[in-house]
Amino acid sequence: MKKVYMDYASTTPVDKEIINEMLPFFDKIYGNASSIHAYGRESFDACEIAREQVGSLLNANPDEIIFTSGGTESDNLGIKGVAFKNKKKRDTKGYNIITSEVEHPAVLETCKHLEKMGFNVKYLPVDEYGLINPNDLEQSISENTFLVSIMFGNNEIGTIEPIKEIGKITKKHDILFHTDAVQAIGKTPIDVNDLNIDLLSISSHKIYGPKGVGALYVRKGIKLQTIAHGGGQEKGWRSSTHNTPGIVGLGKACELGKKRMNKDVSHLTNLRDMLIKEIKPIEQCYLNGHPTKRLANNVHFRFVAIEGESLNLMLDDKGIAASTGSACSSKKLQASHVLLAIGLSPEEAHGSIRLTLGRTSTKNDVEYVASVLPDIVKKLRNMSPLWNR
Amino acid sequence: MTDKYSEKVLDHFKNPRNIGEIKDADGIGTVGNPTCGDVMTIYIKVKDNKIQDIKFKTYGCAAAIASSSIATELVKGKTLDEALKLTRNDVASELGGLPAYKMHCSNLAADALRKAIEDYRKKKDV
Repeated sequence: MKKVYMDYASTTPVDKEIINEMLPFFDKIYGNASSIHAYGRESFDACEIAREQVGSLLNANPDEIIFTSGGTESDNLGIKGVAFKNKKKRDTKGYNIITSEVEHPAVLETCKHLEKMGFNVKYLPVDEYGLINPNDLEQSISENTFLVSIMFGNNEIGTIEPIKEIGKITKKHDILFHTDAVQAIGKTPIDVNDLNIDLLSISSHKIYGPKGVGALYVRKGIKLQTIAHGGGQEKGWRSSTHNTPGIVGLGKACELGKKRMNKDVSHLTNLRDMLIKEIKPIEQCYLNGHPTKRLANNVHFRFVAIEGESLNLMLDDKGIAASTGSACSSKKLQASHVLLAIGLSPEEAHGSIRLTLGRTSTKNDVEYVASVLPDIVKKLRNMSPLWNR
Repeated sequence: MTDKYSEKVLDHFKNPRNIGEIKDADGIGTVGNPTCGDVMTIYIKVKDNKIQDIKFKTYGCAAAIASSSIATELVKGKTLDEALKLTRNDVASELGGLPAYKMHCSNLAADALRKAIEDYRKKKDV
């Protein structure tokens, strides 16, 4: 059976070139990067090269890069690290932290936890495309606001937030700006200086690197409070022995991401627009997210009268790997908070499917999905008591 | 009980038995709510107090579709009283188990069947 992977936003395969780069660091260059001897120094040097590679992709200095275990930890460290430094502003008037309703759970749950600790958090609403309104943001700022955290590109519907405008506002009000760029990295050029970003989270396994490693960019001069105490690695902000193979893999992934940026973006955009064009004619289906302010690899549709998990499993039966925001596929049994935030009813949200493309996706993959999807939709609608035709 | 679907669930999901409507049904039962993501309608044809024919339509996840399918198979040809004894647990165990979090929301077939039988009896009494 033909197999088509269209779930690159969930995770990517590791690039062969990256695997080869990592391999010596398991059994040949295995020293602890904190050790003083030659073994350690060699690992240390490899981590510093990776730091440069990550920094280079973001137009940041290497010493502004903190290695973590992934996007979730980067979000936690960035947000809690800043919040704990600003504890005195708890229980004051106005919002301490401003974020949005459509953030990844790594940001949302972190903010909810901080609320329990006494911080005031504003969750900005979004429009039908998932965009925050920069005016709403500016109006929510008070003298006790110290952090804005708005994602770069949405992990579900792919909408790209107005990052440049947000950066201007936070700079004007002297507030820190954190962005979760886990989905956006590698799919659009990001320059932290041009965009006035102060903290930025990335993950390796979304850009053809290994799982279990990520980074947090922290602009020079910003102080964090650690959330994991220990040996004092990474400026004391992120204790833990350096995951040298992982860090080397992340570094290489960033290097390749930078080198291939233009090629990747045009390849992904072409396939994305082709897939959208192919799916659109199916009756009563609607594109979720913004038509143009959209991650280059994201396609997200909802279909009336069918349920997303069923659709996903039917695609799986045809060898196609996709993802859904349906409640039935989540163990919490709640419709996606992102789809509800853009104004869909739970019923509308249940019928959604996300197809995300990657470097190795082909025109052939798109054509295959386009050829089987209409029949699957038809089959499920024929079973559905909600489909009246 | 696992989080993964059993082979039997996947089989009934992909090849549902007794799918469709009965135009001149003797009893119809609908349960569920589109807001929750599951709606199920069961149609029955009754002869000599037995379920002579049964069909269903389901909007929902694989568990909802598979449990409707197997429930119709289990009660076809049974007397109404026998069919009324069908429980959610019977349906789930016949499917080789359902993920725990699917037991309540998606396993609605026994309820829909009961409603269809009640509908039939109500109509007959009138």
